Amino acid sequence: MKLTLRVWRQQNAEAPGAMATYEVDGISRDMSFLEMLDTLNEELILAGDEPVAFDHDCREGICGACSLVINGDAHGPERTTTCQLHMRSFQDGDTIDVEPWRASAFPVVKDLVVDRSAFDRIIQSGGYISAPTGTAPDAHATPVPKPDADFAFEHAECIGCGACVAACPNGSAMLFTSAKVNHLNVLPQGTPERETRVLDMVATMDDEGFGGCTLTGECATACPKGIPLPSIAAMNKEWLRATRKVRR
Amino acid sequence: MTRTLWDSSVGKKTIMAVSGLIMLGYLVAHMVGNLKIFFGPGEFDRYAHWLRTMGDPVLHYSWGLWLVRVVLVAAVVLHGVSAYQLSRRDIKARPAKYVHTKPRASYATRTMRWGGVILALFIVWHILDLTTGTVHSGGFQEGHPYQNVVDTFSTWYGNVIYIVAVLAMGLHVQHGFWSAAQTLGVGNATRDRVLKTLANLLAAVLTLGFVSVPVAVMTGVVS
Repeated sequence: MKLTLRVWRQQNAEAPGAMATYEVDGISRDMSFLEMLDTLNEELILAGDEPVAFDHDCREGICGACSLVINGDAHGPERTTTCQLHMRSFQDGDTIDVEPWRASAFPVVKDLVVDRSAFDRIIQSGGYISAPTGTAPDAHATPVPKPDADFAFEHAECIGCGACVAACPNGSAMLFTSAKVNHLNVLPQGTPERETRVLDMVATMDDEGFGGCTLTGECATACPKGIPLPSIAAMNKEWLRATRKVRR
Repeated sequence: MTRTLWDSSVGKKTIMAVSGLIMLGYLVAHMVGNLKIFFGPGEFDRYAHWLRTMGDPVLHYSWGLWLVRVVLVAAVVLHGVSAYQLSRRDIKARPAKYVHTKPRASYATRTMRWGGVILALFIVWHILDLTTGTVHSGGFQEGHPYQNVVDTFSTWYGNVIYIVAVLAMGLHVQHGFWSAAQTLGVGNATRDRVLKTLANLLAAVLTLGFVSVPVAVMTGVVS
């Protein structure tokens, strides 16, 4: 495959960026999108140019490191992570636009790499449980109803990649935060911090400069792990409940 | 870290949802009241008069109406200020646009902000036209709403302004009702279809109900 790439290049956080055009040839349909970028970078290095910086780690779709907006879609046209996106999703001769996540809470570090530590700070403010130390408790010590376990697991699938924020026209982190809140709030292990968790995580989310939710649904469409849009309503319910409880 | 509703983005959305639902409840009552115009001037004008005497003898003349007005003004102001502040926050959170963009969210979703502005401007015109009579076409007669309504919808601009605003209202309600349900935590996966259907139904019934009045005047059914 022969492709034309238009890639966002930005020297550092302060420098102005711009789209740069590159031609790549000899791309296999079986390559992942990141392998295609590796090919481009090898050519750039051989030509003495600066390679394109992009985040990647496991390349198995489970770590949440890769973060590219491809042709306007977070993680590209398939509902998966960029590393699991294959070049067979494109046609020979295509022009592909590659941009970084866009949100003021995710400042660009270099080229396609953004700083997602705002997510870490949201997690730090409430994404934990109180557990006694010592030997591990028996697996059946705390019964969890199956529907609750399923609900928790559905939300535990969130890998924190930030595609929800990238896709949201408001740069909102509501889907991410709701995944984390719902995951722990439904479980008996998460009950001691049930109220403070949702209040603190939403407050941190606001402080980090993420936008609000206008329920456009772009986040849930972009999410590679299929966190559903009603998760946001579930978190709103928890937030309202916590607000009433804490006042009392 | 407890915060008031006003300090949190989720809290401010709650204020928007509740104030929006108050206005929606009013719209339903207003639309049903408007339909009385099809029973002739006697019944319509008597209904308008009742709005001033409702609650009698507990309430003094027009106290009930003023009570409703105060609640509505509070709802409009809270809704508008919250919307403005949340929109500012949203725009600030996403300063850089993507080079590669495509239209996504539904038309109703994308037009919430400007649709809301249109509605706010319409409310001002609507009150000046049919409550105070300041910008009314022809002689405004206090206590004769039937004739005033016919006068307004006998002008082309009266019809255009009204119908555009009603269509904007329908779109606003369609996304707004469903969104309010999500904000208040009522929405979930199993209820989603019911809530969406209810939102569409409310939007359709309100739009048709309101539009029926200018259409009836234009076609001569009401004159």
